[in-house]
Amino acid sequence: MIPAPFDYVAAESATHALDLLDSYGEDAKLLAGGHSLLPMMKLRLAAPSVLIDIGRLAELTGIRAEGDELVIGAATPHAAVATSDLIRADAPLLAHSASQVGDPQIRHRGTIGGSLAHADPAADLPMALVALGGSVDLLGQAGTRNVPADDFFAGFFETSLDPGELIAAVRVPRRPGMAWGYQKFVRRANDWAIVGVAAIDGRVALANMGPTPLRARAAEQALAGGASPAEAAELAADGTEPGEDVHADRDYRRHLARVLTRRALEHLT
Amino acid sequence: MQVELTVNGDRRSDDVEPRLLLVHYLREVCGLRAANVGCDTTSCGACTVLMKGADEGGTEGTSVKSCTVLAVQANGQEVTTAEGLADGDALHPVQAAFRQEHGLQCGFCTPGMVMAAVGLLSENPDPTEAEVREGLEGNFCRCTGYHNIVRAVLAAAEAERTGASA
Repeated sequence: MIPAPFDYVAAESATHALDLLDSYGEDAKLLAGGHSLLPMMKLRLAAPSVLIDIGRLAELTGIRAEGDELVIGAATPHAAVATSDLIRADAPLLAHSASQVGDPQIRHRGTIGGSLAHADPAADLPMALVALGGSVDLLGQAGTRNVPADDFFAGFFETSLDPGELIAAVRVPRRPGMAWGYQKFVRRANDWAIVGVAAIDGRVALANMGPTPLRARAAEQALAGGASPAEAAELAADGTEPGEDVHADRDYRRHLARVLTRRALEHLT
Repeated sequence: MQVELTVNGDRRSDDVEPRLLLVHYLREVCGLRAANVGCDTTSCGACTVLMKGADEGGTEGTSVKSCTVLAVQANGQEVTTAEGLADGDALHPVQAAFRQEHGLQCGFCTPGMVMAAVGLLSENPDPTEAEVREGLEGNFCRCTGYHNIVRAVLAAAEAERTGASA
């Protein structure tokens, strides 16, 4: 499968990428690892006129501690997130979630910022960022604004990124030693979650239970009120509007959300 | 667009369309037919090659699925395909182990399996059987010959550690 023709420009810096976005307009797309975008272009589900390559900008890669947060450059590949000593110590739920994306080759190329910008509601990293209460730094011509994960995912494959912005970095709170739970139900190895659950610090996030990654707020409130994991998990599907597909209907997805939430909460790591 | 790559140690300069996929560049421009187009959807791993930046030292590179990389994204990088592994008539230890352990049936997945295995062993020179199976989860063998493939990778790891030929 061959993508439709496009022009390619390698950005020399993040600000150069912003200038290119401005000059090419909404037909331009940012390219980092390309592991969500290129498959869509090969299927002709996307046909941008220009790709602006930010995948090799050193200023957008790397992992560092900043006060009580970890800051991860948006173009950092999943493999680096999964194996980072810093992330494994201070945000192990994020490291584990990154290790569950695709397969080794995909994790060598796909990036954390790319996965979040793609905003597939079934994906691992959007769910993890919501569970962790993380945020994204969005760089635009007017400067950088920080958007919490709960506000970033706006709809089905939609984010609150403005057309002239790029994700510069991802921030997650440092919580060394805090217990976390992660569950992903798939029919085939390497597949997207039919339903996924990530839980930490009283927060429960769900993948593929609606158009965006969602908080299981009723379950969280029950936990805060002293409910047992099993009691809270019974409420995990409350308020969700899961879709239906060949893998699962709505009732089955709601059932999975309850079961997987119970498992995530009962088997904290 | 003009790209400059080092492919199997040879520096090349080619004029390519931005939409040209790395696997098609390797097969059709370079004439290297080891990397196969299997699923064409980043699933099967038959197109796996190694890629590394010119400024990265050490390893032979990381494994990537060349059906999901643009040739222009590989501009300035070093790419290794299965054709680039052997040293003259001397097979690479992973290739020798695949032959020794009969780690193939029809052979279609083999170049990708071998490249994924070389990448895996550069990251983890002493893997357990479970780590080999997980490390090759991005490569499908539709003959289902996984058992001997895993044995071959373990044998290659052993041979590389001890310096013996498989």
